Amino acid sequence: MGGELTGWFNADRLPAALATLIFGAVLIYFIRAARQGRPLYIRRIAGLEAVDEAVGRATEMGRPILYSPGLDPMEEVATVASINILAQVARRAGQYETRLIMPNRDAIVMTVAQEVVREAYTEVGRPDLYDSHDIYYTTQSQFGYAAAVCGTMMREKPATNFFIGHFYAESLVLAETGNATGAIQIAGTDSDSQLPFFICACDYTLIGEELYAGSVYLSREPLLLGALKGQDVAKLILLAVLLIGTLLALAGIDIRPILGIGAASGGGG
Amino acid sequence: MRKTGPVVFGFLVGMLMLIQYFTPNPWIQARYNNVLDWKQVVFGITLMLGVLSLVLFHWRKIEQRQKGWGYSVITIAGLIFMIAAAVWRGQNAGPYLWMFDHVQSPMQSTMFALLAFYVASASYRAFRARGFHAALLLTAGVIVMLGRVPLGEMLGFHAGERYYSLATISDWVLNYPNVAAKRGVLIGVQLGIVATAIKIILGIERTYLGKGA
Repeated sequence: MGGELTGWFNADRLPAALATLIFGAVLIYFIRAARQGRPLYIRRIAGLEAVDEAVGRATEMGRPILYSPGLDPMEEVATVASINILAQVARRAGQYETRLIMPNRDAIVMTVAQEVVREAYTEVGRPDLYDSHDIYYTTQSQFGYAAAVCGTMMREKPATNFFIGHFYAESLVLAETGNATGAIQIAGTDSDSQLPFFICACDYTLIGEELYAGSVYLSREPLLLGALKGQDVAKLILLAVLLIGTLLALAGIDIRPILGIGAASGGGG
Repeated sequence: MRKTGPVVFGFLVGMLMLIQYFTPNPWIQARYNNVLDWKQVVFGITLMLGVLSLVLFHWRKIEQRQKGWGYSVITIAGLIFMIAAAVWRGQNAGPYLWMFDHVQSPMQSTMFALLAFYVASASYRAFRARGFHAALLLTAGVIVMLGRVPLGEMLGFHAGERYYSLATISDWVLNYPNVAAKRGVLIGVQLGIVATAIKIILGIERTYLGKGA
């Protein structure tokens, strides 16, 4: 099988194709279960539970909310997840009549965010609150963006900061500046190298997959809850596979020839 | 149509991107390359959108004499100057390059350098041993930091015939508990990415379209 290109299927990617099919099947099964009204338990996520409190705090203090969607463009899934959470945050901000500020590094993200926020305000019956100038473009430059967001935090003194999306080295600059202004901070990122910084400097942090669960958790939409449950079950299957693989490796049993996968040179179990 | 059109389009493009990963078929690969070309075109247009948004945002500040409007004047003046300089002498010579090397680059480096101070202040807060977890973090942090400097080689203990220096323990902390936790996070992230992609392709998740969850 190794490296054979049949014209229609790259046999090298068979394991990935099988994993995708199994994962897809599990997701669809739980989406159907949710559609049929089966109750699904989702564990509590502290960072998402705190969204109402964070928006309420901004309302009580009469200060705005700042939302940063990270640095990645719209085609990155972390940014899509961030925009999905933004919709829920904007809905609450609309209900509480609290101003939402969103500096952007990418113009497409800005355009999508404007549409999402406008729609959220309309849904809660407050389209008049929407101001397109509150969701604006800053710069493509990484640290230029960090400077722009920090400047906004120092001038506007938002009561609540959301840093949700994919961040790079600027994460701590943003989070520490927000901390210095006394804002309550909720961060969420799938960037494992930036997670420690957010955990240190923010009040709540959505770790990795919690970022993708955010909008589902906040909206409680049954179909999306089904997908989230499917994701958890897929993780369980993966953990079982990892455990079996680890036990086989510890026992010195190499099943790669049986599976038709070439044994990698130089160990790795 | 306003709702279903984007969902159908998302499904078709999403399926194309999924299938192209598994097939070497030349026709599908050519369509994939078309998508990548279109991405470049869209990127070019978005830059114009960004500039427009920037100008409108700052123009309103100047017009309404909002607090700090002087900075907006500098921003718009800088934008016009850089465009004019690039048109006049190109990007690799003249005032554009000079401004880039002597203004923009040092400013970016300054922002990056601030990170050192922020790391110190964040570490100070994180390392206060207020509970078991914070104490554990403090211990691991001290071991790793000392293990990264020459002193770490000298500090250690003997267990039987073997000598365990802080550098060895630091390597163990980084290579085992740290990597295990990182991989746990990464597995969750990758599953989350695939699940989100499937939800978007199937049209279950459409919040990003501005149509509510």
